[in-house]
Amino acid sequence: MTVHADTAPAGAARSRPADPGVRSLVRARRTTSWTGLWFVLPFTILFAVFLAWPLLAGLWTSFTDRSLAREDASFVGLANWQEMLTDSAVWQSLWVTLLFTAISTPLLVVIALAMALLTNRVTRLGWFLRFSFFAPFLLPVAVVTLIWVWLYQPGFGLVNAMLTTVGLPEVGWLTNENTVLLAVAITTVWWTVGFNFLLYLAALQGIPGYVHEAAALDGASPWQRLTRITLPLLRRTTALIVMLQMVASLKLFDQAYLMTNGSGGPDYAARPIIGYIFDSGFTGLRIGYASAISYLFFAIIIIASVIQFRLFARKGDAA
Amino acid sequence: MRTNGARTPSQEPRIGRRSFLAGSLATAGLGLAGCGAPAAAGGRTPLRQWNLFTGGDGARMVEMHEAYRAEHPGIDFRPTTYLWGNPFYTKFAMGAAGGRAFDIATLHLSRLRGMGAGTLIDPVPADLLAEYGITEDTVLPNVWEKCRVDGELYAIPLDTHLVVTYFNREICESAGVLDSEGGLAETSGVEEFIDLIAAVKDATGQYGLVMETTGAWRQFWSLYRQLGGEMTLEGDVGMDDDKALQSLDFLRRVCEEGLAPKASDAPGTPANFQNGIAGVMFGGNWEIPTFQAAGMDFGMRPFPGVFGDELGQGDSHAFVLPRRREPDDEAVRAAVEYAAWMLKNSLTWAGGGHTPAYLPVTQSQEYAALEPQSDYRVAAENVQFDPEAWFSGSAAALQNEANSLFSGVHNGTTTPEQALARFKRAAQKLLDTPAPV
Repeated sequence: MTVHADTAPAGAARSRPADPGVRSLVRARRTTSWTGLWFVLPFTILFAVFLAWPLLAGLWTSFTDRSLAREDASFVGLANWQEMLTDSAVWQSLWVTLLFTAISTPLLVVIALAMALLTNRVTRLGWFLRFSFFAPFLLPVAVVTLIWVWLYQPGFGLVNAMLTTVGLPEVGWLTNENTVLLAVAITTVWWTVGFNFLLYLAALQGIPGYVHEAAALDGASPWQRLTRITLPLLRRTTALIVMLQMVASLKLFDQAYLMTNGSGGPDYAARPIIGYIFDSGFTGLRIGYASAISYLFFAIIIIASVIQFRLFARKGDAA
Repeated sequence: MRTNGARTPSQEPRIGRRSFLAGSLATAGLGLAGCGAPAAAGGRTPLRQWNLFTGGDGARMVEMHEAYRAEHPGIDFRPTTYLWGNPFYTKFAMGAAGGRAFDIATLHLSRLRGMGAGTLIDPVPADLLAEYGITEDTVLPNVWEKCRVDGELYAIPLDTHLVVTYFNREICESAGVLDSEGGLAETSGVEEFIDLIAAVKDATGQYGLVMETTGAWRQFWSLYRQLGGEMTLEGDVGMDDDKALQSLDFLRRVCEEGLAPKASDAPGTPANFQNGIAGVMFGGNWEIPTFQAAGMDFGMRPFPGVFGDELGQGDSHAFVLPRRREPDDEAVRAAVEYAAWMLKNSLTWAGGGHTPAYLPVTQSQEYAALEPQSDYRVAAENVQFDPEAWFSGSAAALQNEANSLFSGVHNGTTTPEQALARFKRAAQKLLDTPAPV
């Protein structure tokens, strides 16, 4: 239906000119392409104003000593970039970011897959499970951190109460430099795993039942069906999830900031690179320097994305 | 629908599009007209105020603003509240730099230099302020002095607030540490205070004292100042290492000996006190409404004199005027009049725990009747402001560094020596950074 609806007026438009010669055909085609431009114009303007221009302005700013508290700024060349390379806080916060990505990404993929496999077969009460798994994702970050800061409290928090019930010692989750990042990662998994879960569930439901049926008839055990059929067929989805998740994890900021009260945790053990950019730019008022660090981080995300894309593109072809 | 060739739908959408465009242009025009509308509609003087008060403080400020409005029908008063800390100060800096944001704003006095006195902030016309009854003689000298930069008045102080001691009356009574008037017994020296806390610990069965271990700067600076420690931030970081280590070691000791929790963050600290896990708390005087709302029987006194006088780290909320490229005497007059009015009516403000800066209020009978506020009013004279630099003060970089590094002293992961060395390195790095103001 839609095909007809779209083609019919186009044909009519082509036959409308009095002279159906080649020239007018070309002109008509050109008009069509210009019309297309009008359609993308709003997006192009938004893209230019809110993305391209700030990107360039940010790059320029990184070569100046622009401050949040001054109107004028002067060109300082590579001073910010030089300072950044010798600033241990940059490398420490970058390490925190990478560590967080390394902790959270596998958890967010594996747990989402496990939850999807569990709920896929359930027919009765399946809606309830799906809702329960996805519900935390709907909460705003401020609410999520508020809940988890109380859960982690020593003395009266639920997590520590559970630990002491089974005879384990209390953990100062958010106040110990060895556990604070893990605590943020656990909160993040609880909060965001629902999105990956949905992607996996959709992919699982796309695997036709007869494939499993045929394999079962051939005597494949449930484990064999999982490892030989389900997982290979989910490979593209896995690639997508891992890629989205890594970029999302690299962009850690809000929950770490809120859960450590903006301090970055003991010894800055939970201050990600965006936290340091925020501290330099907004607490320290040094927009020029913060722009330089932003560009470093931008480059790292691009490199990470390209590497992943290459790795998974090859796997995707194989599948 | 569209396949039906008999219809001629081309006309309608075209008109629709044109009228749509015309309509949007008209709307945009109206919108722009709205932006450019004269600010003083109806001959009332506009007065835009920015502040960082939410929660109990925010409610009190709204209450005061309503009273102010009722008394000033000629002022078109427009207050705006932003979140405390960075969210406020970033907007403050950008708004003041842009020159069109506010006519008067609140500021922590400790941030006066860092937020650009002389560049973003204009001096307060002292004689105009005196016209409205606020002079040097009506404000505590230590606070008034903090409002001056290079001899010039840059701020109008509303209050002082500082770290004080809270005590749970029931627990402290059973621990036998109350004096005859029902206040917490005064101690002098480290051991007397430790003994008191140990007695309270016996009464609670868990801890004696609770304080914010993730925000250790307030306690550290109080103790360091009690020892007579100075911190100079010019060229090199000037600190008295022995005194700093003595202060940090006290913090380490109370936690290590189990007298205070090794870890207690900003939300956890008042909760620990409220739950009776500890009977004594070091905390800011602005926590009063929390415990009053919980119906607790508690009292307050100044920060204990562990190493000498009862000095406590603190700060002051003050009003400042933005830098104006074009003088606007009417706006300045309205702003100064507003600030003076707020000072004179700050008894309401005292309800939230802050000690008013305006002396006629703190010396009044009404203030004396405020419990437990009047019990620590002497503390305002002993408030210890942070060292002066563009990166020091409330919610600024130096406090952040101290809070992040000193919490390890409390929970035992770093020694006082390591923490001090790291803190001095961090402070030196801030000193070496070109000042952005």
